[in-house]
Amino acid sequence: MKPDANMSLLVMAATIYLVRALPLTLLRKEINNSFIRSFLFYVPYVSLSVMTFPAILSSTDSFWSGLSGFLVAAVIAWVDGNLFRVSIGACLAVFLTESIVLLFTGTL
Amino acid sequence: MKESKIWFIRGMKAGIPIGLGYFAVAFTLGIAARGAGLTALQSGFMSAAMLASAGEFAAINAIASGAGYMEMAVTELVVNLRYLLMSGALSQKVRRDKPFIHRFLMAYGVTDEIFAVSMGVEGKLHPFYLYGAVSTAAPGWVAGTVMGVLLGMIMPHRVMSAMSVALYGMFLAVVIPPSKSSKIIAGVVGISMAASAVFAYLPVAGALSDGVRIIILTVLVSGMAALLFPVGGKEEKKNEA
Repeated sequence: MKPDANMSLLVMAATIYLVRALPLTLLRKEINNSFIRSFLFYVPYVSLSVMTFPAILSSTDSFWSGLSGFLVAAVIAWVDGNLFRVSIGACLAVFLTESIVLLFTGTL
Repeated sequence: MKESKIWFIRGMKAGIPIGLGYFAVAFTLGIAARGAGLTALQSGFMSAAMLASAGEFAAINAIASGAGYMEMAVTELVVNLRYLLMSGALSQKVRRDKPFIHRFLMAYGVTDEIFAVSMGVEGKLHPFYLYGAVSTAAPGWVAGTVMGVLLGMIMPHRVMSAMSVALYGMFLAVVIPPSKSSKIIAGVVGISMAASAVFAYLPVAGALSDGVRIIILTVLVSGMAALLFPVGGKEEKKNEA
């Protein structure tokens, strides 16, 4: 039997929800263990960093535009920190870099 | 004004840039969904129910390749395993004086980006902050998917390419500012990125899927950092991430 598309979507959505809900609902008490507390403290920094780099370099049409997006975002984040300005800055950097590369080489 | 309302509005503001970035990414998702034979309605439902980028790309692949239900569930488990860690971190961040039901509701909104802004809140997290962020971010995700299915063909490719870095920019806006005040966090961020690059380009490790790579490195690097630099009261209070 070929799986039904709607049923497939439900099965997968339920799986994702369970992954998200189990720790939040099972870890109700404040954790006193210093190692686990420290571990969970570092999780956001590590996971977000790992997700960003090097994926950002291959997320656009060319390596150079991805790199410029990464560098511009890093600098704005350091100086300013505003979520929205960092994102827009990165997008503009990619667009400008690709325009320049296209202008001079005719291809990306 | 009621406290929960204030937090909700703060969350809404944080969710707006997320929603814009989501729109761009979801647009490409919609194009892929259409390719797999999903309708605009099904795709919109998928995005509303899953609210997950890698998870939904995997879902589309699974449907297109005719995978069985069990295989689908296992794939989603692996691709989304990082949410287990994020949800664990949130479990310690959320305020304890709020009813338990909130934890079930908050679980829906555990995405990379909403997790990022929620952990960036100073002090404990009020559930309504996360709800506010979901209320402005999720519509961008769902609308982007549906528009991608319907209008995928006419969007200029250059614009899509530029918008695809928006979400990465957001991650950097979360990890870099605390790196200014803490050398340890700066080191953890740098080592994470370096390790990730090594893993991505290494012959054997490079074959791992993104989801698996993220979870392995998160466990390894966070574990090492926790062993070497256990978080005492002070720093934790300050960044509370």
